[in-house]
Amino acid sequence: MNLTTVYNIFVRDFRKQKKRITLTLVALGWGTISIMLLLGFGEGLHQQLSINRRGMGESIVILWAGSTTMPFKGLPKGRELRFVKEDIDYLRQSMPELAEVGGEYSRWGVEIKYGSTVISEHVTGVTPNYETMRNHIPEMGSRMINDLDIQQKRRVTFLGDELKTRLFGEEDAVGKQVFIQGLPFTVIGVMQHKMQMNSYSGHDLNMAAMPLTTFETVFGHRYLNNIIYVPEDISNMAAVEQRMREVFSAKYKFDPDDERAISAWDTVESGREFSNILIGIKIFLGIIGGLTLLIAGVGVANIMYVSIKERTREIGIKMAVGARRSYILFQFLIEAFIITFVGGFGGMAISYILTEGFKRVPMESDVLDFMGRPTISWEIGLVVIAILGLMGLMSGLFPAMKAASVNPVESLRYE
Amino acid sequence: MSEGLIRRSESMIEMRQLKKKYLTGKVEFEALKGIDLSVESGEMAAVVGPSGSGKSTLMNIIGCLDVPTSGSYLLEREPVNEMTSNQLADVRNKKIGFVFQAFNLLPYATAFENIEVPLLFARVSGKKRRERVIDLLARVGLADKAGNKPTEMSGGEMQRVAIARALANEPDVILADEPTGNLDSASGGEIVNLFHELHKTGKTVIIITHDMSIAKQAGRIIKLKDGLVEGNGNLA
Repeated sequence: MNLTTVYNIFVRDFRKQKKRITLTLVALGWGTISIMLLLGFGEGLHQQLSINRRGMGESIVILWAGSTTMPFKGLPKGRELRFVKEDIDYLRQSMPELAEVGGEYSRWGVEIKYGSTVISEHVTGVTPNYETMRNHIPEMGSRMINDLDIQQKRRVTFLGDELKTRLFGEEDAVGKQVFIQGLPFTVIGVMQHKMQMNSYSGHDLNMAAMPLTTFETVFGHRYLNNIIYVPEDISNMAAVEQRMREVFSAKYKFDPDDERAISAWDTVESGREFSNILIGIKIFLGIIGGLTLLIAGVGVANIMYVSIKERTREIGIKMAVGARRSYILFQFLIEAFIITFVGGFGGMAISYILTEGFKRVPMESDVLDFMGRPTISWEIGLVVIAILGLMGLMSGLFPAMKAASVNPVESLRYE
Repeated sequence: MSEGLIRRSESMIEMRQLKKKYLTGKVEFEALKGIDLSVESGEMAAVVGPSGSGKSTLMNIIGCLDVPTSGSYLLEREPVNEMTSNQLADVRNKKIGFVFQAFNLLPYATAFENIEVPLLFARVSGKKRRERVIDLLARVGLADKAGNKPTEMSGGEMQRVAIARALANEPDVILADEPTGNLDSASGGEIVNLFHELHKTGKTVIIITHDMSIAKQAGRIIKLKDGLVEGNGNLA
């Protein structure tokens, strides 16, 4: 086998057959592009929905006190239970398996005023761990409520990003004073924009949060709206919840099996259901992608098959003037390899450029918030190229092998 | 008489009881039924016979484009029926030049490139290759047609390109299967003259033809009928 010979023949033939080669390149490139974009947008959607789902907080369980539906130790049913601030520490101390416990007061229709702007909104009194538990992430140069604010009952507030815009417009809010319920509060932080799919009392982007203790003094609330906890280990949420019921049962005297006494929203469990929907979407896109791949593969295979049939006579001519079988096959392999390489990686590059371009288009729409940004997967791209290349190779290689394996006279006779 | 005959007298081609059977569907067809033939080095022979007499089959086997079913074939005393496919390819490349009725040029390649193909397979270096092709083009009178594709040439010109290609690696044997069959009589005459010139340089030339006037110009006529050599006259 002389590589120079193979190379010389190959380069010459390659230049001579631009049309066929271009067609194969386009088929292969197009197949790669469509599948990569399809799955890329699917992946973007998946990631965005996962981010949105976590907007309210990750692995949190929200508890509301309810009323008993079973008699317990001589106490009648129908008793109303209410959480107080001390329950936060009580739960934390009784249950070391919890990573975080927090609680909040909540009040609707509170007047918030800045300059001449007056807005009636939702105000909460929260614990500092809402920053991590409920994703109250402050923007750069601002902060969330901290322990000192709680201790000193400071009149400080942390604003949702939309509320901030409604009050301040483009103006910087941090350090400014707003009036809540007629009392001056210093804005210490503005929440980073987040996409929030779930909520239990309005979306965070329009709330004004203040320290739990400050809220008590301003509004005189005695009972918490809810308690939120995050377990250390999310693999057995049901057991943790059961333990929580037992802990509160000891304090408030209700049957631990009485699910209505405390209602719990387990976002991990509902998140798992959501994940299944996302997996379903992915499988659906995968099937469409697979079918697209098949069509592209058949296209590539068809071109290769037809062209090798056209070339049977050419193979006969070459063999008649002294080409060895290995030359014919090797030339064919190099050709297939180069077409696969150029078409496939060209397609990959174009997909990359398209998705990067899409990411850069300035679009601040709600649609985009849900659709997310397409994310190219190089692994999928490589698999697609491998499959298309293999299909093209197989459909061309077998006829080529046949043409090269018979006596030249038979290939020459081919019309 | 050519110098080749004086220089070497051993047989260039030696065939004994050569048979070729084809299987078309389930019907077996015996194209060659036991050919005994020897062609001396430097001879010019014409193969004649009616359609279906096995002329082309014989020619293809001589040219190593096809292999016999049984019998022996020695080319320059080497047993062709024992050769591997690579050895056969090398024989086709260097020892035999084959000229077809249908020219069999690569349609997308120029005259120059078509003539270059056997040189590429013979691993002739780029510069030598170029010189050789230019020389061959001049030899067949097509020095000005190097860049023409087959579609841009007349039948006679295409056949001359094919002859130049057959001569590329200076083979000892030139085989032509009805080389004038697709040509008008004027171009056909020029092609036949080319073969005579080649014969004069010492090459062994075998031509299949229907045209008895061409056959009579050859030193020897080999008549085939029903897959057997019928006559083996020497008219020279």
